[in-house]
Amino acid sequence: MKLLKKLWVWIDDRTGITEYIKPLATHLVPPGAKWNYVFGSATLFAFILQVITGVALALMYQPTSQSAYDSLKYITNQAPLGDILRGIHYFGASAMIILVGIHMIRVYLMAAYKYPREMSWISGVILLALVIGMGFTGQLLRWDDQGMWSAVVGAEQAGRIPIIGTWVARFILAGQTLGGATLSRFFAFHVFIIPAMLFGLIGLHLFLVIRNGISEPPEPGRPVEPEKYRSWYEKMLEKKGVPFWPNAAWRDMSFGLAVAVIILILAVFVGPPKIGAPPDPANIYSNPRPDWYLLWIFALFALMPREIESFAIFLGPLIVGIILLFLPIVFNKGERSPLRRPWSIIIVLFIITMVATLWTEGEKAPWSPNFNPKPLPSKVFENISLEAKLGADLFYKKSCINCHTISGVGGHRGPELTHISNRLTEDQMTIMIVNGGKEMPAYGGILSSKELKEIVSFLKTRK
Amino acid sequence: MNLKNVLEKKFSRREFLINFLFVFAAITGLLISIPVIGALLAPLFRKVPKIWRSVGNVNDFKVGKTVLVRFKDSSPLPWSGLTAQTASWLRKVSEDKFVAFSINCSHLGCPVRWMEDAEIFLCPCHGGVYNKDGSYAAGPPPRGLSQYPVRIRNNKVEIQSSPVPITNIGTMRS
Repeated sequence: MKLLKKLWVWIDDRTGITEYIKPLATHLVPPGAKWNYVFGSATLFAFILQVITGVALALMYQPTSQSAYDSLKYITNQAPLGDILRGIHYFGASAMIILVGIHMIRVYLMAAYKYPREMSWISGVILLALVIGMGFTGQLLRWDDQGMWSAVVGAEQAGRIPIIGTWVARFILAGQTLGGATLSRFFAFHVFIIPAMLFGLIGLHLFLVIRNGISEPPEPGRPVEPEKYRSWYEKMLEKKGVPFWPNAAWRDMSFGLAVAVIILILAVFVGPPKIGAPPDPANIYSNPRPDWYLLWIFALFALMPREIESFAIFLGPLIVGIILLFLPIVFNKGERSPLRRPWSIIIVLFIITMVATLWTEGEKAPWSPNFNPKPLPSKVFENISLEAKLGADLFYKKSCINCHTISGVGGHRGPELTHISNRLTEDQMTIMIVNGGKEMPAYGGILSSKELKEIVSFLKTRK
Repeated sequence: MNLKNVLEKKFSRREFLINFLFVFAAITGLLISIPVIGALLAPLFRKVPKIWRSVGNVNDFKVGKTVLVRFKDSSPLPWSGLTAQTASWLRKVSEDKFVAFSINCSHLGCPVRWMEDAEIFLCPCHGGVYNKDGSYAAGPPPRGLSQYPVRIRNNKVEIQSSPVPITNIGTMRS
């Protein structure tokens, strides 16, 4: 025991651990920094979890277009506890996205980005972009059909950048087509390039917390005045500040621990996302869909007016990025309390509602045709004419059913037609089918006039 | 630092040498970064030959039918595995005329499916629809399906393996 203590004293003296860490650990923080201040540190915990489990996965993963899929199957089905490892990495990623979102909303509502913490916000915005980049490249590394098509969809989106779009798209695909270089590229981004940037920026983000101090909880009627703020903050800390360790840190630790436990539970009991079909670009029976955290963007692309869509794919992220980056520069002083900034509450509510709505829509994906519709139920055929029966068959054969539901079967791309004859007359139906609409192809050139009549006569029986 | 100052000894020898060191380091760094950036951009400049791939005999296809044909990329890397494959929707328009459509939706590149009886292409992602001639029919796509060059040689149908079509900003429906 004595020897160990001596050894520690020697190490501590030669390295200066206590000398440097202790003041950092016990630096004074504002007294009111309570439970709503834990989300940033929890994000950091989740990130550390991602680094550790990511390294473990990399020990088994084969980063080539040819072998990645098989190695993923190996990790999931054969490697000891490999599926749990994947589960932790997946739910860790989900946790990071959620926590980053909450952390950002908290900072925005309390206007903690104002003087002198503008750079904290700006580095945070870049970190947000990098985290989304990690999510995108990560789901792609699964390299099943979904992962592979994600690369194509990502490239197509980049293709909307003016002038250099095609080049950027090829840069993402690592060539003119999917191929041997594609996966290596995403692997390098996911494992080396973006993490290196994350480490650097997280370092800066944390350093800024020490340099400028944790923002004090806002109070209505106590605006930030850049000329006086720093000295006021110093005095406030001297008078009322509490040491970060342990007075504030225990909350960070408890919450971070809770997050880790939840991730572990989900990893064990829910498990990682299923691996899809092999990455074969010639297999068209794939239904590409992003992981849940990007699902709302997927929904946005389906619902956007298409006249502006090509521009929105490019300009949308650009405008959002500029607004976020310049927010603390433009609004760097004044009231911080959300009670005096009612617009901030409205904006947050609006964004949450929008993302939640898009997310639930994306989950249902009513715009995606149903490619495996069940046959129409037999009750549909009861008491209808032969012509209408033929129409019912055509309704299935001619792909109407892929987009329209009747009596519980079919797709949701177009309106349900169970009671269509209550809404449309025979003529209206005919015109609609022949000419189509924005979302529906014109069937005039596809159906013979006999077939058209049969389908209409079937639809007339739907009341 | 300019030469005149150095000559007039406004710069000390040490200052000069330190500046020299910086310039030297910058040049070295620049030289090292050339192959690094080269690796990053290499795929953009890789010369890919245009190769015609046979996808079957002319008589294997029926007039008026559209079928999925699978063929290899122009010059796949040895470790491409399955990703060396690509596909096209091939339509035999008449005895000696074929059209080869890209399987990639012009909206966001998802693989479109041919609905045989309805004679439409349907996209699983956001519900884009194309007519049998590949023209735009409905849904979000900004234009029709791209086509690949196709020809008949020695009674074989050949498709030129081509890049994945990328839709650019401002592409209007035709």
